[in-house]
Amino acid sequence: MSASAVSYQPVPGSKKDDAILVVDGIRRAFGGLVAVNVDHVEVPRNKITALIGPNGAGKTTFFNLLTGFDAPDSGTSMFNGRRLDGMAAHKVARLGMVRTFQLTKALSRMSVIENMRLGAAHQKGENIFRGLFAPMWRAQEAEITARAEELLARFNLAHMRDELAGGLSGGQRKLLEMARALMVEPEMVMLDEPMAGVNPALKQSLLEHIKGLRNEGRTVLFVEHDMDMVREISDWIIVMAEGVVIAEGTSDDIGSNQAVIDAYLGAHHDSDLGGS
Amino acid sequence: MKWDLILSNSFYTAISANAVAYILVASGLNVHFGYTGLLNFGQAGFAAIGAYSLSIPISRYDWPWPLAMLLVVVASVVLALLLGIPTLRLRADYLAIVTIAVAEIIRLFMNSVRFTWLTGGNDGLQGFTRFMENINPFPDDGITLWAQKVDGYRLWLLVTGWILVALVSTGIWALMRSPWGRVLKSIREDEDAARSLGKNVFAYKMQSLIIGGFVGALGGMWLVLDKQSSQPQDFSTTFTFFAYTIIILGGIARAKGPVIGTMIFLFVIQFVDITLQQATRTTPTDPTPLLPEWIVDENNFSQVRFIVAGLALAVLVIVRPQGIFGDKREQAFDVR
Ligand SMILES: Nc1ncnc2c1ncn2[C@@H]1O[C@H](COP(=O)(O)OP(=O)(O)OP(=O)(O)O)[C@@H](O)[C@H]1O
Ligand SMILES: [Mg+2]
Repeated sequence: MSASAVSYQPVPGSKKDDAILVVDGIRRAFGGLVAVNVDHVEVPRNKITALIGPNGAGKTTFFNLLTGFDAPDSGTSMFNGRRLDGMAAHKVARLGMVRTFQLTKALSRMSVIENMRLGAAHQKGENIFRGLFAPMWRAQEAEITARAEELLARFNLAHMRDELAGGLSGGQRKLLEMARALMVEPEMVMLDEPMAGVNPALKQSLLEHIKGLRNEGRTVLFVEHDMDMVREISDWIIVMAEGVVIAEGTSDDIGSNQAVIDAYLGAHHDSDLGGS
Repeated sequence: MKWDLILSNSFYTAISANAVAYILVASGLNVHFGYTGLLNFGQAGFAAIGAYSLSIPISRYDWPWPLAMLLVVVASVVLALLLGIPTLRLRADYLAIVTIAVAEIIRLFMNSVRFTWLTGGNDGLQGFTRFMENINPFPDDGITLWAQKVDGYRLWLLVTGWILVALVSTGIWALMRSPWGRVLKSIREDEDAARSLGKNVFAYKMQSLIIGGFVGALGGMWLVLDKQSSQPQDFSTTFTFFAYTIIILGGIARAKGPVIGTMIFLFVIQFVDITLQQATRTTPTDPTPLLPEWIVDENNFSQVRFIVAGLALAVLVIVRPQGIFGDKREQAFDVR
């Protein structure tokens, strides 16, 4: 197993020596339903952390709360020591925390390469006055395009470069969305089920990409239902059920955790948690 | 039937100063709806603001024209801010409701008896075009285009208008191929995706509303310069829907779409109109019109022209759903 060694307490809310993201008392209710009620969670820097849990556990809602797409009823979250709660989504992204969506958001009537270029941060030509004069942004555009093409090749999308994104298959859209998020060069990547609908062969290479992100110094937090994938790449696993973090640990810790087994058996009996 | 008259007049209508006004109004809407996906149903309101920001200060207060034109800029920006600030953070339908309401409020205000001292009410305002006449280099009797006579003032407006269209269209084209335009298009496709990539969606929508609104105001200005009178009934909601028809015809989110769309739209309307006019005409020497009176007579053909024109446009849209310049591939996906 390739996971880099970690040694944190395998208990919910455990301290990490170098946490990039610290969440405190975040709560979000939809009417009477408490979708997220996370007491304390720390996400370790430059590690791959998996967020797992049965359907409806609140994982996506938790992502939304962290990335500014939804506002918590109460609680705080800190990213690199900066408060995130109440911050607009685009500002969170500019701080270096970029997310993808469980339901992919390909920009259908734009080409694949335009989707990619959009991701790049600090574009001179995104200012309306400079945009008017192509010489002011053309050089940067060429750099961005080169970087985009490189990423497209890595994600097996190079041949789709000039197709409209709306014409991609479901799995290809997942790939495009992840590649596009990487165009931002984020410090932390939040992936909501990046592997859903991606064929097994490509899944394997996706796993390598995610590991590659860690090697580049980035932090990854991802939601995934496929336990084999989770086990293979994550350094740390956080388990949510009914909005609450019920367990944390390495895949070995989680596999033998009674609370986790109960939570999953309550929801879907056929889940293979494996482990120890 | 005098076909040379019918055709030359229809062609002239398609390129006249009036067409320039439609092109500008539609170009602004294209920025809003075509590129950014903003559902603006009040483009006529921007046009009205452009028209009256020019005519009120000049006719009522003798402002020098450059100052009045400055007011056109300021007023259209203010209107965009007023419309945008409360609605652009909300769902798309709110902008639609607010714009249609505000455009109607503007028109009713211009029409109201109470403010006739300012706006001229139902009679509108005249006498604000002298500056344009004074700098007109063409002789007053103008020229004859084919069988169509064009007076010097209209010719001058036509020439300057097309220069304006060229500038505006080039500007929009340059902006839309830039990274700025790319952000607008991404907002049209999925604004949450744009946000997730760090784009300040609200700011871009606001800029789009301002730019498109300003271009629409220029259109309104040209409309009343051409008519030499600004009247509230020219800025009804129908005007906005004509602009939608035009950009759909020409091809949504194409810089030359509004130009070609306007030319087709106005040509078809005018052609049907004067053809019917001729076909229903009776004279003392020739009392039987070309078309039997039970179908259409000389009193009601002006309603029929919109029916016929509507059918013609419907056929065009069916034959070429992406518009003249649209990208066929885009039709394969849901618009929203
Ligand atoms: N906008 C909303 N309005 C009402 N209820 C919501 C909303 N968003 C989420 N919920 C509810 O919150 C709970 C958590 O949903 P969430 O999407 O976060 O689950 P999840 O862990 O991502 O599940 P999955 O693995 O199926 O994606 C669910 O019961 C869901 O019905
Ligand atoms: Mg989810």
